[in-house]
Amino acid sequence: MSEAPYALQEHFRDLEQQKDAATLGMWIFLVTEVMFFGGVMLSYSTARYLHPAAFAAASHYSDPLIGAINTAVLICSSLTMALAVHASQLGERKPLVGYLAATIVLGCVFLAVKAYEWSHKFHEHVVPGYDFSFPGPEARSAALYFTHYFAMTGLHALHMVIGVAVLGVLLVRAWKGRYTPAYHTPVELSGLYWHFVDIVWIFLYPLLYLIDIHR
Amino acid sequence: MSETIVPRKNYVLVWAALMVLTFVTWGVALIDLGPFSIVVALLIAFFKAGLVVLIFMHMLYMRRRTQLVLIAGLFWLVILFLTLGDYITRHPLLFCQPLPIP
Repeated sequence: MSEAPYALQEHFRDLEQQKDAATLGMWIFLVTEVMFFGGVMLSYSTARYLHPAAFAAASHYSDPLIGAINTAVLICSSLTMALAVHASQLGERKPLVGYLAATIVLGCVFLAVKAYEWSHKFHEHVVPGYDFSFPGPEARSAALYFTHYFAMTGLHALHMVIGVAVLGVLLVRAWKGRYTPAYHTPVELSGLYWHFVDIVWIFLYPLLYLIDIHR
Repeated sequence: MSETIVPRKNYVLVWAALMVLTFVTWGVALIDLGPFSIVVALLIAFFKAGLVVLIFMHMLYMRRRTQLVLIAGLFWLVILFLTLGDYITRHPLLFCQPLPIP
């Protein structure tokens, strides 16, 4: 096995043990992220339960079809990420670079659509604390929806930006041929992170766009 | 190496299922199911998340110890969401008033 000598840290027996420990650590980090997003989603659920009519009216400001398209974009980026990990396992350098680049492009498309949706909300004056006006007596309750909307999509977008930056570093290193079938842990762990961010969106999409369409 | 290499075909199949489910969840949301629309939307979301975790994130092929981390995390997430029970069991009129306009 041709092991890259720089890859193995001295306190591990071999690369396999090192990778095992790294994967375990990544999952522990992801579980803290689950609790982090879980807390925001719980706050959203509670506020929605207390102000159902205002939340329903406010959620109509988001277009479910644009949300569905963006979900599809993110799912495609998860596929290219999974294929990137697959290529790194087999040591295929060029496909790895290609799939990483495709994942970055799809991530940027998602962020661009998100930016379009946000700018739309700024034009509609529904940004709490900046420029907020909402028809009807429940304006304050509707502001709660938009606060959660911007907090949840904003935190998610921040994770996407970090993910794109991480993938950019991977792309350069993959281009230089730093990842081999024996050592490609960074690609795998970044893949876990990217898929996690996808899962967060899989829940945000129905919560923010879909469940109140008919109310 | 104990590493499992998942065939490329499986990734593509999972991707196809996720894409179909995305447009199913959008299509179903256009139909008025009353209180069940949230149930259907969340069931589909959990199913999609399960596919991503098990295949894309290789959880099916992880060591038991790593699988336990996820199970423990989800267990605490359930406890976190039990907070909702506190609100749901109160008298609704106390809480469901719109916030006053300042």
